[in-house]
Amino acid sequence: MTEAYIYDAVRTPRGKGKKDGSLHQATPVWLLRTLLQALRRRNALDTALVDDVILGCVTPVGEQGADIARTAVLDAGWAQSVAGVTLSRYCASGLEAMNMATAKIASGMEDMLVAGGVESMSRWPMGSDGGAWAMDPRVNTELAFVPQGISADLIATLEGFSRQDLDAFAAESHRRAALAWDEGRFDRSIVPVTDLNDMLMLGRDETIRPGTSVDSLARLAPSFEAMGAMGFDATALEKYTTVEKIRHIHHAGNSSGIVDGAALILLGSLEAGIKAGLKPRARVRMAAVVGSEPTIMLTGPTPACRKALGKLGMVPGDIDLWEINEAFATVPLKTARDLGISLDRVNVNGGAIAMGHPLGATGAVIIGTVLDELERSGKATALATLCIGAGMGIATIIERV
Amino acid sequence: MSEQNTVQFELDADGIGLLTFDQPGRAMNVLNPSLVEPFAAIVARLESDETIKGLVLTSGKSTFVVGADIDQLATIASADEAFRLCEDLKRVLRRMETCGKPVVAALNGTALGGGLELALACHARFALDDPALKLGLPEVKLGLLPGGGGTQRLPRLIGIQKSFELITQGTELRAAEAKGLGLVNELAASRAELLQKARDWCLANPRPVQPWDKSGFRMPGGDSRHPGIVQLLAIAPSIANAKSHGNYPAITHIMSCLFEGGLLDFDAASQVESRYFAACVVSPASKNMIGTLWYQLNAIRKGQSRPRGVPASKVGKVGVLGAGMMGAGIAYASAKAGIEVVLLDTAIENAERGKAWSQALLDKAVARGRSTAAKRDQLLARIRPTTRYEDLAGCDLVIEAVFEDRAIKAACTQQAEAAIATDAVFASNTSTLPITGLAQASMRPANFIGLHFFSPVDKMPLVEIIVGARTSDETLARGFDYVLQIGKTPIVVNDSRGFYTSRVFATYVMEGMAMLGEGVHPRSIEVAGMKAGMPMPPLALQDEVSLGLSLHIMEQTRKDLAAEGKPLPEHPGDAVLRTVGGEHGRLGKKIGKGFYDYDGKDKALWPELTRLYPPQAGQPAQQELIDRLMFAQANEAARCFEENVVRSVADGNIGSIFGWGFAPFHGGALQFINAMGAARFVKRSRELAARYGERFAPAAIVLRQATEGGRFEDVA
Repeated sequence: MTEAYIYDAVRTPRGKGKKDGSLHQATPVWLLRTLLQALRRRNALDTALVDDVILGCVTPVGEQGADIARTAVLDAGWAQSVAGVTLSRYCASGLEAMNMATAKIASGMEDMLVAGGVESMSRWPMGSDGGAWAMDPRVNTELAFVPQGISADLIATLEGFSRQDLDAFAAESHRRAALAWDEGRFDRSIVPVTDLNDMLMLGRDETIRPGTSVDSLARLAPSFEAMGAMGFDATALEKYTTVEKIRHIHHAGNSSGIVDGAALILLGSLEAGIKAGLKPRARVRMAAVVGSEPTIMLTGPTPACRKALGKLGMVPGDIDLWEINEAFATVPLKTARDLGISLDRVNVNGGAIAMGHPLGATGAVIIGTVLDELERSGKATALATLCIGAGMGIATIIERV
Repeated sequence: MSEQNTVQFELDADGIGLLTFDQPGRAMNVLNPSLVEPFAAIVARLESDETIKGLVLTSGKSTFVVGADIDQLATIASADEAFRLCEDLKRVLRRMETCGKPVVAALNGTALGGGLELALACHARFALDDPALKLGLPEVKLGLLPGGGGTQRLPRLIGIQKSFELITQGTELRAAEAKGLGLVNELAASRAELLQKARDWCLANPRPVQPWDKSGFRMPGGDSRHPGIVQLLAIAPSIANAKSHGNYPAITHIMSCLFEGGLLDFDAASQVESRYFAACVVSPASKNMIGTLWYQLNAIRKGQSRPRGVPASKVGKVGVLGAGMMGAGIAYASAKAGIEVVLLDTAIENAERGKAWSQALLDKAVARGRSTAAKRDQLLARIRPTTRYEDLAGCDLVIEAVFEDRAIKAACTQQAEAAIATDAVFASNTSTLPITGLAQASMRPANFIGLHFFSPVDKMPLVEIIVGARTSDETLARGFDYVLQIGKTPIVVNDSRGFYTSRVFATYVMEGMAMLGEGVHPRSIEVAGMKAGMPMPPLALQDEVSLGLSLHIMEQTRKDLAAEGKPLPEHPGDAVLRTVGGEHGRLGKKIGKGFYDYDGKDKALWPELTRLYPPQAGQPAQQELIDRLMFAQANEAARCFEENVVRSVADGNIGSIFGWGFAPFHGGALQFINAMGAARFVKRSRELAARYGERFAPAAIVLRQATEGGRFEDVA
């Protein structure tokens, strides 16, 4: 089996996913074009050496629709021999893209690929692509559909997390992210987004609030209480029969931010890297996905991590750094508790609560972030994991070389 | 044309035909071949006959058309047959609405189900502004959905969101509401004006095209692609299932029709509806509900359980003893039916308070526009509060609703009997004390009967009539007639401890308490009760009933049995009742603490419960709990039938649904066994008996059915 190496990782800063967000006026193809051109430039890359571009995109409609990967390849001026494919594994799409690229390299089918993802949540809001899971009443009933926020609150209730626990985690995410920026820990990966006149649109993650504290978060009202009362709580509690009442404690401040952004990773075999004159930064050790109970939905990371670790004969203690996507504060808290790992090693430079979760891209973003940190801190092994819609989990283990 | 024709047709000088539905031998028109065939022939004439310029549809009855013919639906043997039947009707309606000539519904009265669907296929609808007129699609109440295009034309007229509510809940609208929604074009004050408006519309719109047949048609409020509708679709199943718990497939099928129909053109959408309709028709839920809530209920109302040969009677004046919650409710229900009421209590303030309860109910109804001040005052004038037994003179019937104490009841009986005529009926509203025993206090035990009302009386539709050992047929018939007279449904049972409803109902709450005692998580017990389709979970229900009352009944029963030299068999729920109600003094909702802690409208399970009864490690599956709750009831109902406590299958089924809310989709406690099949019921009962105790051992009558064949059914 051929081993897959990471040669580079880039991302745009994440812009607030609203009309007044700094990337709202940038099209999703523009974000990808920006990153593809940066990859080529940074690595003096002969793009004809790249076989394929695999991109995650969770809401592939409108200008973000069809196969945006192929569109972006052509728009960025890459060699027309480079193919492109778009996929969705909901929130794990960006990491799934990397895992697929890894598998293609491992199989010998392809030698060099770009993996990543994009999401302009301000232009194409979550859910604008519909889907039978939520909108077809037969399927919705069969699967006991509830929105993720209800699931997050259910997990917090079952785990006994308090609002204070979640808010403290959220405040720490902001603190760590602000510090990471101040110390330049993201410098290697960030590619500022400029407009067609080279005027800067955004150079820095936009949603970090360094002064965030448990007190400042206390003012925020729960986000999912009203919809829970309308009927979603009842649906969840028909499955979780020992819970009398869901405590709604997630809110805008301890859940991942809605943002616009994109990220790319350049991967290839050792041989392909040599051919392109590149130096490998890390190798992909293992990846795993699992399906889990769809109504509680966000409990997939733990079994996914165990599956990936198990294949390597590793235990959680063997991992130096963890990226557990901060979809909701309860997810990293529960996953860390399940696996018995200290929060000191989890999301050390902040996460999606502070910097946002551009759905299709996040999996690739956190790989880049943790790779930079491995190099900065001289550590060896990292694991990135995300919870996923409809009850799935993903985990990927990388090792610095 | 002959008066006997189901469909009459007259053509006026302007070429507008008036088609009048008037099925002979029926009080109301229903859609069946006898109506649809001649109607289809007229549609064919409309298409080809150039002298006919338009058509007005109306009815010769006081109602328009009230739906499909349930008798015909009940004969459908396969989904394929249901689909074809549906498509046949729709073809006629589709031809009618696309023939290019105006067809207008002149709704002179109520149009329900298929009757309203027929009107929806017309190009315009006018309705008589009559408070008795109702428009709605109530099919869901029998486990069906509108299969005549209703799930497609309604959203295309008034939008998906409003249609969701109307069709999934079977809401009936008054004429003005229907007009407000855009379902009806205009209202008319009289039949003449109604027909005139309909004709005028035809003349003014000679070439109408339905909105959904015009190019560029957009559904009001958006189709199933519209973001607002997508949001509605995401939560609608949760809203519906919070009440139905997935037990009513028709509700999900209706939502599917609205969703899928909102993506398709009319003809494809209409066919999708037929597919879901067929699935409903052959669903067990629909078969159970039609069998019980249609056929058996009708049989009861026609007097199946009433002794034959006793002339029909009517109560002109009723005496009610005791003006507490039950007495006040009985007074209200009687006065509402036009009966004079003497409401007697020991203190005049109590009697007045009992009457004030009616006042409060009526004031609310007036405030909400459901009644008028004049009607309220008329009704209240019929209730006469008093403390004097002499005022009972002239009563045809006296009902005592005093405290459940034999001595008090005996005294009331004797005082009342001294004041009333020798042929008057005396009834006890006891829910627990055997009637034959109470009748010992009576001078005229043949005239003594039990009329067990349910609380709250104004809402609960059932009265359980208890026949004592010496109750005469005439007394039973008169009690039966009175129950029908006040608009309630009577079931007739023989005297026995707990009668029928209390006895079987108790098995449900007792089983819940038994589970708690075994270490099943209390919340899981409650969820199982709701998923089973019961209106309230067992522990919450026990709190409503009051643990104090149950302890009292348990003690009374123990004493009664001891007097007969028998021990009281111990149920595993008894110990829980004694611990929580007795030792911990948590007597129920009334005192704000029972299995739950009560705080205003909120309640939460008493946290101590899980310490008193620590949940076991391996919690049982929900289906196991549901089976226990349902088998306990069904088996006890079968025993009641076997012991001739409940005298007919219809009474057993209707009594279970109307009395304590036994899951309606099962068609009642006895139908539960029919639907499952006796053999399967016996097998599962034996499994449950082996695991949880002999109370689950299948009733002898079901064992016989399993081996010799047969099922629970009344012989006509």
